[in-house]
Formats: sequence, C-alpha cells, structure tokens
Amino acid sequence: MIKSMLISLTKGRTWTLGIPYLWLILFFAMPFLIVLKISFSSAAIAIPPYESIVQYADESFQLILNLGNYLLLLEDSLYVDAYLGSLKMAFFSTIGCLLIGYPMAYAIARAPSSTQAVLLLLIMLPSWTSFLIRVYAWMGILSNNGLLNNLLLSLGIISEPLQMLNTNFAVYIGIIYTYLPFMILPLYATLSKLDISLLEAASDLGSRSINTFWRITLPLSKGGVIAGSMLVFIPVVGEFVIPELLGGPDSLMIGKILWQEFFNNRDWPVASALAIVMLVLLIVPITLFHRYQSKEME
Amino acid sequence: MKNIKFSSVMLWAGLLFLYLPMAILVFYSFNASKLVTVWGGFSTKWYGELFRDQQLLDAVGTSLTLAFFSATTAVVLGTMAAFVMTRYRHSWAKLTLSNMITAPLVMPEVITGLSLMLLFVAMSDLLGWPKERGMITVWIAHSTFCAAYVAVVVSTRFRELDRSIEEAALDLGASPFKTFMLITVPMITPSLVAGWFLSFSLSLDDLVIASFVSGPGSTTLPMVVFSSVRLGVSPKINALATVIILIVSLIAFVTWLIARRKDRLSQQ
Repeated sequence: MIKSMLISLTKGRTWTLGIPYLWLILFFAMPFLIVLKISFSSAAIAIPPYESIVQYADESFQLILNLGNYLLLLEDSLYVDAYLGSLKMAFFSTIGCLLIGYPMAYAIARAPSSTQAVLLLLIMLPSWTSFLIRVYAWMGILSNNGLLNNLLLSLGIISEPLQMLNTNFAVYIGIIYTYLPFMILPLYATLSKLDISLLEAASDLGSRSINTFWRITLPLSKGGVIAGSMLVFIPVVGEFVIPELLGGPDSLMIGKILWQEFFNNRDWPVASALAIVMLVLLIVPITLFHRYQSKEME
Repeated sequence: MKNIKFSSVMLWAGLLFLYLPMAILVFYSFNASKLVTVWGGFSTKWYGELFRDQQLLDAVGTSLTLAFFSATTAVVLGTMAAFVMTRYRHSWAKLTLSNMITAPLVMPEVITGLSLMLLFVAMSDLLGWPKERGMITVWIAHSTFCAAYVAVVVSTRFRELDRSIEEAALDLGASPFKTFMLITVPMITPSLVAGWFLSFSLSLDDLVIASFVSGPGSTTLPMVVFSSVRLGVSPKINALATVIILIVSLIAFVTWLIARRKDRLSQQ
C-alpha cells in the first residue's frame, strides 16, 4: 500500500492531479469551512475581531456554537429584506438579459460564419474593458443633470429632471448592461450547434416560424438558457458594486449589507453568517449550472 | 423569415446599447468643463492630470504586476485541471476536482473575497504566514478564480485534439512528460494564450476580491478608481476609461487581424 503510494508519487500523472487539487483544497474549500466556523462565533473587540468557538475551560475543550448571528439575521428585517431584494433584483435582471440576449444570440448564430466571429468580438469587447468603468458610464448618463435628463428636458418630454440615479431602475440598467455578454455567449454556443435541417423540416411540413421557434428552437437551446441565466443570476445575488454606485437607500442588496458588516461595522461573524445563508440560497442554481458545465467539459 | 428580421433588429439595438455609453464616456473625456455633462469646449487637460496622478500610476503598476503573475499561475493550474478532467478515468479525486475548479465561475465575489480573507487571517494566526495581507494574498486569490476560466477554455481544446499524434509519440518511446511538452503544448497553445489573456483582464478588473484580501502597499487600480467614483463623476476617470478602451480595442483588433490571416492561410 505505502509502496504503491510512493511509486505513484514519482509519476507525473499524480502531480498533475495533486497540485491543482491541493491548491483548491487549501484556497477554495478550506476558506468555506473557516467562514462556517466564524459564523458560529461571537464578535469581540480583538484582533481578529471574534472569539474562538473552541475554548479550554474546566480541564476540557468545549465547543461553543453561537447561533446568535443566525437568529439576528431572522430577527432584523433589514437582512431578510436585503435577501429578498437581491433575489428579486437577480430574477428580473436575468429575465431582462434573456429577453434582450436571446434574439441577439439567435441573430449572431444565423449570421454568415465570417461575420459571426466579428459580432462575437463586438459583444465581448466591452467586458474586456473595466467593469467599474462601465457602471461608471451610467452615472453620468442617469444623474439629475445627466445626459438622459438633459435630452428629455430639451425635447420637452419632461419639465423637471427625473430621479433616475440612485434608484432600483438604475441598478437594473447597470446589471443588464454589464451582464448581457454572459447571457449571450452560452446562448450563442448552443444556438450555433442547432441542426438547421430540423428547422427546415418543420417549415417544409408547414409549421409557422413562431410555432417552430417555440416547439423546436427554444427547447433545443434549453442548456444555453439555463447556463446563461445562472451566469447572470448567481453573481447578481451577491452583487456589490452596482447597487453601491447606481442604487439608492431603497436598493437593499445582500452583497452591499455584507460589505458594510465587514468593512464598516467590522462584525466578521455576522458577515460570515450572511455569506453562509447566501450560499445556501444559491445551492440550487449553482448545482444547475454545474450540471450543465460538467456536461460541456467532458 | 419574420423571426430572423426581428432578431437582427434586436442585435443592432443591443450593440448600440452596449457601445453608446462608452462612446459618451470617451466624448466627454475631451470636455474642458469640470462638469462631466456640460460641454465646455475641447480640451485634453484631463489626460495631463491623469498622467500626473502618482497614486493612480502606482496602482496601475501594482495591478499589471499582479495580473501578470496571477494569469501565469492560473494557466498552469487551469491546464493541469483541464488535463485531469478530460483525460483521467473517473475517480473520486477527479470528481471533487472538477466540482471545485468550476465553482469559482459563479461564486458571488463577496463570498470568495470574505472566505479567502478569513483563511489568510486564520493562517497567519496558526502558521505565522502570511504576516500581512498584500501582493501575495491578492496573487493567490486571483490565481484561484482565474484558474477556473482557464480550465474551461483549455478543456474545450483538449477535447477536440487529435489524440493519435500523442499516441504516436508515446509509441515511438517519448516519455509522457516529453510528449506533453513537445506535442500537446504546441497544439493547445492558442487556448493557453486565450486563457492567459482572459485571466490577465479578469485580474486587472477585480475590485471586490482584491478589496478583501489586499493590505497596505497593494492598492490596485480598481480600488483607486472605486474610491474616486464613489464621490461622483470626474472627468479624469473619463480620461482613464478612454485610455483603457483604446488599449483593449487595439489588442482585440490585432488578435482579430492575426486570426483572420491564419484563417485565410489555412484556406489556401
């Protein structure tokens, strides 16, 4: 047993598996256990600012699990509202991205193959610039003396500036703007693999194009719809930058609350509990995405 | 036919939606007025201010260094993981690896940032390392999440690879390592380069994770931009945005030219 293990240590194959494996155990799996641990500890004025959950007292080690952080999340409506706000925001912006992104992906997949590459490049290009800068762009457009208000005023559509920046409307715009490419790419990937002859067969047999779309195109692109939706939904639930820069006091989102608990209140245990609950809420969408991704990768 | 027409209208409207805000950003970076939305004549003074801002220039240097090392580490880790996922027999170890490698793709950034930061604190408590958070901790964090993207890009290439060339090399007596370096790597180079650039831009762009795991002396460019943008719009940021957009477009254009030339050559 030990001998065979020693032999396998000299093989490149073991190292190829071992190095990324150890790296991910250490820097991806371990951190979650620590977050879980700290979510059960109580805050303290110390460095680091929490008490250990394992304490040595009465000549034995005691494991003290403090559920107070989780109870706090249930009691204080701020946290519940923030979770609901994030889920709602993520749900509607995913729908928005899907409604805008699907026709775009469809048009790219049907374009001549030489222009497909250029169109994809055009879709991807904005996301290679800075995420922050793209959110920032909307601050100048949506503010009270911003471009959109000036345009509407000069056209006589409105008589005084609309409050658009620092509202949920601005957050929706910002999210759809920055996440749209992540919806389009997986949709394009499935739509471009679609067998055209199926569509031709349908139309030869007299199916109308709307009917063909609902009965053939959409069901066959289900994988792309799921992947794209999850790529938008999951990160948006934890989004911090967009509600911070474009949102107002009523755009409560959990990523922003977690950030404040950690950086402003320095309450690490509550921040950890917030993260754990967020993960639990996201387990179903993450599993859905993962199933699609591992199917793609094998 | 009606269907296709509607979708192309949507495509052009969508592209306009994606590019108009950026065009506006670029346009107003040449505005002489300090008010970002009122046109006060053409001027390049904000560019001058941009290149005199020492704090910002330092942050650019930090970000580029971090992005370089993170991308390089991510390509190594991600390629190994992709190799395991596409070439190894099913096993418990392979399954957990593939579960862990793609998870960062969709993990909310605040969770990744918080958890890594708590890990580093716990490690310095127990092991005395890392003494303080800084370049090293940001490098570890970025390498980890970028490796996920590299694994996805490279595994696609691994799957479409013609295995017979590698088998021939092995049959002729080359060691597995030699075969990998001399046969496999040259065949997957385009995807390695793509993965590297993707990681580089992801690392350069990250604000949330870096804010959690960085320390004094490792302020990255997004952190500087964020603290400025939080206070409101400023023409200097418009100038910075223009420079970034220009560089990214140039790189994209050059890669597109190269790809097109290659395509033409292979068609001849």
